[in-house]
Amino acid sequence: MRADWNGYDPEDNFDELISSPGNARVASRGLVKYLRSLSDEQLSRRQRAAEMAIAEMGVTFTVYSEGENIDRSWPLDIIPRVFAASEWQRIAAGLDQRVTALNHFIDDIYNDQRIVKDKVFPRGVLKGSKNHLDVLTGAKPRYGVWAHICGSDLVRDKDGTVYVLEDNLRVPSGVSYMVENRSVTKRVFPELFRRHQISPVDDYPAQLFDMLASLSPRPLDYPEIVVLTPGIYNSAYFEHAFLAQRMGTELVEGSDLTVGKDDCVYMRTIHGLQRVDVIYRRINDDFLDPDVFREDSTLGVRGLIRAWRKGNVALANAPGAGVADDKVVYTYVPEMIKYYLDQDPIIPNVPSYLCMDKVQREHVLENLDKLVVKPANESGGYGMLVGPHASAAERKKFATLIRKSPRNYMAQPTLALSTTPTLCHGMIEPRHVDLRPFILQGERTYITAGGLTRVALRKGSLVVNSSQGGGSKDTWIVEDQ
Amino acid sequence: MLSRVAERIYWMARYLERAENTARLVNVYRESMLDLPSGVGIEWRQLIEITGTEDYFEPRYRTSGERNVLKFVLTDRANPSSVISCLEAARENVRTTRDLVPTEGWEHVNELYLFARKKFGSSKIPPRLHEVLSQIVMRCQQIIGLLAGTMSHGDAYQFARIGRSLERADMTSRIVDVGSTTLIAPGEELERLENRLWMNVLRSLSAYQMYRQHVRRRIRGPDTVEFLLRDQQFPRSIAHTMQTIRQSLGSLPRNETPLRAVARLQRRVSKMDIDALFGNGLHLYMDELQAEFTELDQQIVSAWFSPRLDEAV
Repeated sequence: MRADWNGYDPEDNFDELISSPGNARVASRGLVKYLRSLSDEQLSRRQRAAEMAIAEMGVTFTVYSEGENIDRSWPLDIIPRVFAASEWQRIAAGLDQRVTALNHFIDDIYNDQRIVKDKVFPRGVLKGSKNHLDVLTGAKPRYGVWAHICGSDLVRDKDGTVYVLEDNLRVPSGVSYMVENRSVTKRVFPELFRRHQISPVDDYPAQLFDMLASLSPRPLDYPEIVVLTPGIYNSAYFEHAFLAQRMGTELVEGSDLTVGKDDCVYMRTIHGLQRVDVIYRRINDDFLDPDVFREDSTLGVRGLIRAWRKGNVALANAPGAGVADDKVVYTYVPEMIKYYLDQDPIIPNVPSYLCMDKVQREHVLENLDKLVVKPANESGGYGMLVGPHASAAERKKFATLIRKSPRNYMAQPTLALSTTPTLCHGMIEPRHVDLRPFILQGERTYITAGGLTRVALRKGSLVVNSSQGGGSKDTWIVEDQ
Repeated sequence: MLSRVAERIYWMARYLERAENTARLVNVYRESMLDLPSGVGIEWRQLIEITGTEDYFEPRYRTSGERNVLKFVLTDRANPSSVISCLEAARENVRTTRDLVPTEGWEHVNELYLFARKKFGSSKIPPRLHEVLSQIVMRCQQIIGLLAGTMSHGDAYQFARIGRSLERADMTSRIVDVGSTTLIAPGEELERLENRLWMNVLRSLSAYQMYRQHVRRRIRGPDTVEFLLRDQQFPRSIAHTMQTIRQSLGSLPRNETPLRAVARLQRRVSKMDIDALFGNGLHLYMDELQAEFTELDQQIVSAWFSPRLDEAV
């Protein structure tokens, strides 16, 4: 039996592959035509082959449950999500513009604060920012870049407009799954890759290495680069190990590093102490250096911030970059783009309401059943209220929270989120997706071809986080001209 | 190679070896208890002395009968050298260095731990203990073979080899030590018993068969000690383990101090006058030898596992 593609109906959502029942979008035509030629059974067999490949390759993510951490196989839906190259070009330009402006902003905040003095960005927001680290004032990382690795979440609304939902500038994860999704999809659909021109994504580790190397404080042919992980119990440990291995660098823990009297960072090896030039750190600011931040941190390295401020070691991302990874600060990004670059934003923000503004707050409180309320400083989908799906009690709880600390909350309309065909129990059904592209910025800027598409596997659900039952898809940028 | 990673590989090997040695020791002990008349001076308590775990045992148990000792040596997690603790520690060390150890290595270590947890999960000694312990010995050996056959013999492998050999030497010295102290009490049946006890010492180290092939006389204490300390070919003799360690050290960087410590140990073993020491002197000698093993371990730690700040390269 053939999968029922003519009966596939995304209703009034924007669908990534299908423009109207029975009709594929230009860039997806080849893919959809091919998928139509497969029977249900063939499609299911490929899905099983993909799951086997994932188990064999050991692609896992970790979830915490009742105090134990469990390695789960990474969930991949085999039907790719497709972007036309012409559209992607515009999105990539928008991401470049956005991250450039964000880096100008962070550098400005820790130095002259021109944007505050010019009254474009309110001082009050800065004061309430948990991720604004006063002790870093005056720091000057190379190229003025603080957020070297950024994962911005993109969503598409009913009318096809792509918005930036949030910018992850602290320790964004997911890029290893983007690379692994592609290698699994290549194994499962090798014929498609022969027939179509699909932009490769597997150069990411090499690009990451080059970007990190460009930050090295010593002009060397072979800078010593390490990936700093909190350890095996971290939910993203798979990715830390993956990136270290693909870049050919050491995967270190805090206890492997030490700061010398010369304020340089060394790692302990069997050859003795070796100077480290660049640290791609995957631990949060709080834990980086017990001398400066949390004293009880055993994950970090004493003296690390001192070494960094002296320019003896590069940290990616720079500490304090999270000041721009704040959902209230987010609402000012369009102003930043105008202020620093004198340009109009290429990709718009999702319209947002700031609870610290009295008028907007009243609007939010009156429309809690229609809005999504987000805390300023959480990630991973935690601490959110999805109004339309929430109970009256939850809404009441959030109303109290908002009144108590308005600076910590913002709200957005519930976006429809676009759908894309997904294999659900052997049937092709529409499911909601978002996209996390990754942007590298050092001496130059690099943007992944596509990114990690996350899909909400439950029917009608808008929650795509893998920790909360989300899946993923390979993402294709396909030539359409 | 990171110091932490080298250290974990080293300890993985030590813990696996310790689990294997302890399992074998318990099996031999249980058998020999059946053969000996009571009151000969061999007691369950000696298992605690051999494994050097008195400090953990004393506060937790009132009597040192079979049940308590077996429970403590096999299943007690409060004893860091119990079989279950060793296998858990070995597993944890492999788990955190999985990228260096071949995948099958991790799988075998993990399965071995799960097997032991199933058998030793409660404090009740499982039925057919002999079979369970033989199974553990065999699986440990399988892992050693698997690593030897599938892991590149680079730095990581050498650290595993050093850990395993040092642990082995340590156990051999402890078993010889207990053998020597047990046997001193003279009595009528001394000769027959002596024969039997040294046979057990050899069997505790899987050395009986190789000894017989090598020493064509009735089993005597001094010959046994000679064999277990100085035989160049038997893989559990101290001379052989030191030779193995020396080879492995040879391919590592910054090996001067540990190499000196091994050379000192080798000299001490080869110069030892066994007949003169036999009797009271042997115990003291074994103590000194063990102190030197600890010293060697310290040298390894400071050379590779915790380099000092003034050693920047």
